[in-house]
Amino acid sequence: MQLALSPEDQAFRAEMREFFTTKVPEEIRTKVLEGRELTKEEIASSMKLLDDHDLAVPHWPEEWGGRGWTELQKHLYHEEMQAAGCPVPLAFNASMIGPVIAHFGSQEMKERFLPKTKSCEIWWSQGFSEPDAGSDLASLRTSAVRDGDDWIVNGQKTWTTLGQHGDWIFTLVRTDPEVKKQAGISMLLIDMRSPGLTVRPIELIDGGHEVNEVWFEDVRVPGENLVGEPGQGWTMAKFLLGNERVGVAPVGATKAALARAKKLAPERLSEPLVAARVAELENELLALELTALRVVAHSADGEPHPASSVLKLKGTELQQAVSELLVDLAGPGSLASGAGALEGDGGEGLPDWTSRVAPTYLNFRKASIYGGSNEVQRQIISRTILGL
Amino acid sequence: MDFSYDDEQDALRDAVRGLLGKAYSDFEQRRQTTKADPGFSEEVWSQMAEMGLLGLPFAEEDGGVGAGPVEVAIVCQEIGRVIAPEPFLHAVVLAGGLVQACGTPDQRQEVLGALASGERLLALAHDEPGSRWAPTASAVTATQDGDSWTLTGTKEPVVQGARADQLVVSAKLPDGGTGLFLVDGEACERTGYPTYDGGRAARVRFDATPATPLGEPGRDLAGSIATIQDLGRIMAANTAIGAMEVALRTTCGYLTSRKQFGVTLNTFQALTFRAADMYVSLELATSVVQWATMVLSSGDPARVHDAAARAGLQASRAARHVGQEAIQLHGGIGMTAEYSVGSYTAVLTALDHLLGDGDHHLVTLADAVAEHDAIDPLAVG
Repeated sequence: MQLALSPEDQAFRAEMREFFTTKVPEEIRTKVLEGRELTKEEIASSMKLLDDHDLAVPHWPEEWGGRGWTELQKHLYHEEMQAAGCPVPLAFNASMIGPVIAHFGSQEMKERFLPKTKSCEIWWSQGFSEPDAGSDLASLRTSAVRDGDDWIVNGQKTWTTLGQHGDWIFTLVRTDPEVKKQAGISMLLIDMRSPGLTVRPIELIDGGHEVNEVWFEDVRVPGENLVGEPGQGWTMAKFLLGNERVGVAPVGATKAALARAKKLAPERLSEPLVAARVAELENELLALELTALRVVAHSADGEPHPASSVLKLKGTELQQAVSELLVDLAGPGSLASGAGALEGDGGEGLPDWTSRVAPTYLNFRKASIYGGSNEVQRQIISRTILGL
Repeated sequence: MDFSYDDEQDALRDAVRGLLGKAYSDFEQRRQTTKADPGFSEEVWSQMAEMGLLGLPFAEEDGGVGAGPVEVAIVCQEIGRVIAPEPFLHAVVLAGGLVQACGTPDQRQEVLGALASGERLLALAHDEPGSRWAPTASAVTATQDGDSWTLTGTKEPVVQGARADQLVVSAKLPDGGTGLFLVDGEACERTGYPTYDGGRAARVRFDATPATPLGEPGRDLAGSIATIQDLGRIMAANTAIGAMEVALRTTCGYLTSRKQFGVTLNTFQALTFRAADMYVSLELATSVVQWATMVLSSGDPARVHDAAARAGLQASRAARHVGQEAIQLHGGIGMTAEYSVGSYTAVLTALDHLLGDGDHHLVTLADAVAEHDAIDPLAVG
């Protein structure tokens, strides 16, 4: 047992910190750290910048832009990126469909999509959930029927995050209604400009437009856009969600948010109850970060550490708890969510940050629902780990 | 950065597990052992001495093995797994640790040699009525007359105070500060009683009782006491981790075997989700406790103090959660002395209050919360 990073890993960490804090525009990093919404261009240009330095998709196969880093190095990269406020590479591209295409796609499909996926020249959307298929994803009903070499897609997807920016959507469709429900699912890549495809916004409780419904009415998709073989979709979905789980605990970002909370309202730290609440959150975040380190240290041997399922569950709870703390620190000022649009306060009026805390708090209620709800995570822990 | 044991540490764990697992393979053996005084098995204690465990952390020239904190933590975890009643934490880590830290070379050799061989049991007499885990003493005072010293006052609770052959006693010095003294067990008035975790403690009265200063006479040793308390906190947390692992495993075993309404209890999601939450608490606490154990190697008292509070807080919260739920998920059987989980919860409760509970540690951390931006667990070399 040894705590210190090896000299190589220390150098690696310093290199990452140097890059993220000096090469990524400060204006964008400040927006991220302050919890402001980024534009499509800001997200895409940040990913492009990372890709220009081979830092967008280090976890991919080396042939397609990966770096062959250890699990610990990937973890340090991710933590330093979040701590600096660098926008993380678009998850739909970097963590979801990219690895799926690299693993299951044909050579032709890889060449066609992977370079533009890692540079964010293509903005991917995720077409998984449906109105009647949430946690029970395998019961999805969107259908794809053969018509010559093509597929004709009909149905509806929902909760499509940032679908309003999407160029392409990777979509789970039912290609065989006759077999067991998991076995009849396939993965199609669909151009979102296709005739018959409609994106409709869903307004959320924070007042923002983050997610969408995507409707398919006789959308024609070329046969070559099927990933792998028909019926492999469920395997790909599990592969994709397995990749998602480790990265889904936003340790660095939550630490940065908590550190920022202390800076925004330093006078409140002299109140014993506030100080105790912050100290307890810091300790729980420490426990989460160390658990993530145990997981990555162990994953080097091949198998994922059983504690990895803890990361999503606790990571999202702490993300939510810190967002809740910020609302409480803002107090009555948290009501002024519309004040952010006012021009320069000139020192009078509420500080700018108070206008964002309540919408952020409401927005983060999503975190314990997406990526496999926290109840699904408890199910995984109790069944897979505890044998219950 | 590495959270795994090396081959020698694995071998130590297997050896300790073999010894204690055999001694307490059946929970009834532990129950019978704790029923009779002194509340632990003298035979197992001798076997621990033979294996070198009672001298594990001490320098080789003092009759010890010279092992590091990870090795001591391994022993504590294994003790926790079977909730072995042998007073390793009190006699070796705390009392022995103070002799190692503060004793003269002659005292270290003489006392630690006898402790390591199993020939002499040490107890730490530090807690006083009204004190709450302070590193100082006030209820027992030390008086100097030429080269001789005497102690007067009361210490309570002193774990294994009635059985101990020799006591390490903290006392208020004539010129202020807190000194440490060696006192012969027979020289003081001791009233022993059982404690709810299966152990034994005593009220120990000193009345102009002859005492030998540990180390240089008259020196304030509160700093050394504080450092040993931090070590003890981390080792108590390691013990708790071992106990929680088994309490959770026992609970899961019960859920898959006990039938009600014609089905096993693991059919009910209301129960399995609670077991999943116990697992989350345990894993998070394990991470912080392993980290704190590694921080001990830094030898930096300020960092160790911080790490001990962090491990203590996380372990305290987890121990209450896991211990309480282990009983609840069992139902009535969990309340009985005959079945194991209730005793695990009792031991976890005692460990939680040995050197500061979660709230105590939270106050320590809250006082320092404005002094840093964010915590970097890898900052310690």
